[in-house]
Amino acid sequence: MTAAITVDGLEVIFDRFRALKGVSLEVRSGESFGLVGESGSGKSTLLRAIAGLAPVASGSINVNGKTLGTRRDKAFYREVQMVFQDPYGSLHPRQTVDRLLQEPLAIHGFADGEKRIERALDEVGLGNGFRFRYAHQLSGGQRQRVAIARALILEPSILLLDEPTSALDASVQAEVLNLLEEVRRRRKLTFLMVSHDLAIITHMCERLMVMQSGEAVENLTAAQLVAHRVTEDYTRNLLRASEGFVRA
Amino acid sequence: MSADTIQSRRDWLLSERPASRMQARLGRAYVAWRRFSANRLAFVGLLIIIALLVIAALAGVLAPYSPTFGDLKNSRLLAPSAEHWFGTDDLGRDILSRILYGSRWTLYVVILVAIIAAPIGLLVGTVAGYAGGWTDAILMRITDIFLAFPKLVLALAFVAALGPGIENAVLAIAITSWPPYARIARAETLTVRNSDYIKAVQLMGASPFRIVLRHIMPLCISSLIVRVTLDMAGIILTAAGLGFLGLGAQPPLPEWGTMIASGRRFILDQWWVAGAPGFAILIVSLGFNLLGDGLRDALDPRSGDQ
Repeated sequence: MTAAITVDGLEVIFDRFRALKGVSLEVRSGESFGLVGESGSGKSTLLRAIAGLAPVASGSINVNGKTLGTRRDKAFYREVQMVFQDPYGSLHPRQTVDRLLQEPLAIHGFADGEKRIERALDEVGLGNGFRFRYAHQLSGGQRQRVAIARALILEPSILLLDEPTSALDASVQAEVLNLLEEVRRRRKLTFLMVSHDLAIITHMCERLMVMQSGEAVENLTAAQLVAHRVTEDYTRNLLRASEGFVRA
Repeated sequence: MSADTIQSRRDWLLSERPASRMQARLGRAYVAWRRFSANRLAFVGLLIIIALLVIAALAGVLAPYSPTFGDLKNSRLLAPSAEHWFGTDDLGRDILSRILYGSRWTLYVVILVAIIAAPIGLLVGTVAGYAGGWTDAILMRITDIFLAFPKLVLALAFVAALGPGIENAVLAIAITSWPPYARIARAETLTVRNSDYIKAVQLMGASPFRIVLRHIMPLCISSLIVRVTLDMAGIILTAAGLGFLGLGAQPPLPEWGTMIASGRRFILDQWWVAGAPGFAILIVSLGFNLLGDGLRDALDPRSGDQ
């Protein structure tokens, strides 16, 4: 299998704060890879650095065989798209769903916009009835579906997911995760998914990386995590914390 | 129209599932309109402005006398009467007719200043706010320089350099009134530039130019409209002030500020000569202020369910 994303010695510095301290990572084409860690461990920053939204100080990022510079070209955005954590903040408040979905098509000069928008809405389980609504007329789950439709409309091969369900309640979470699973299978996408919820990661991902304060702690497969075959203390603590309160 | 059709139209406008771009847009406008018209005072303001527009359009029909030629022999400085509702001035001209025609110049000034100053301010502010860094520093220091001068003094300097006249007054007022708009637009831009929805557009590969023009500017426009409307009264007063100082509209143009200036010589004995245009300025300024307040409530994206 070829590598979809290769990150090597990546450092990200925000105003003298080292958010990432030389992280390396390899995501194979077609797999679903998880990033786990507590708040502030740098997992979202790693995602944003790949997307070009964080200032890279050193290290290299390679996507589908091409090494990325500081400026990304349009072709990159047709390969890589992202779904944000907060569905309430990731949709423009003054634009209808239609406008939101049209924008990427207009930027990349697609001609068959009407058809693509209809198809994208169908794919994420929103009918045409939602097409001319504003963000404030949608629920959290519906918003996240729109965000997924927007990410998919350019037909990328890699999807970056930044805690796509953490702002949703449990039942809606399951719906959105199933939708993502389904889309991945149908389109043979590569996922790089950030979450602090180990259950979601073991459900969604084949391999994962545990991160702590800007560094990689260890690489595991989902099976290893489920069987608690971990080598680092930090991961063990994380596992214990995720099991929650144990009755004595 | 029966009550049923009105009701069904309202339902169509307020539909949660608009079927077309048009319906979504109209529905949104209708919600804003309902919020606006619920505010009585704002409605009064709107009526005043509509009245001003109608009067300006129909001045030729409504005015009983010529605004520029008076009867010097028989009708100088007459008190208000049935024949001359607002009296006459020192050249025997009917003041009512002059005020009706003067509304055209008031509108001319207000509209021209708004369409020159607001886009400049919007552009400078959004570009500075989105670009940040050096661009921001340079644009904002220029804005600061303009803001450091008292408005009327700067306008006076410009008119003195350009020469008196209503066009130059408009230009001078426009040049002095854009900096607050730039400030507002920049502040709004700073609050949205790091939001996820702008990041999402960046991730689609949109150029900075496209992001500013199509995604950031629409968010700044409503607060800008409110501010411009509230400033209209100030613009009218500045224009009147320039007219009063003899640097704005030149006689015999029936501009309200100029009329007050020419009436000040007899303000104690023939108060109506200066009083009538002063009252007109008061009413129109009040109208714009009330309208602006109402628009702030109706358009503010942070209020209600927008």
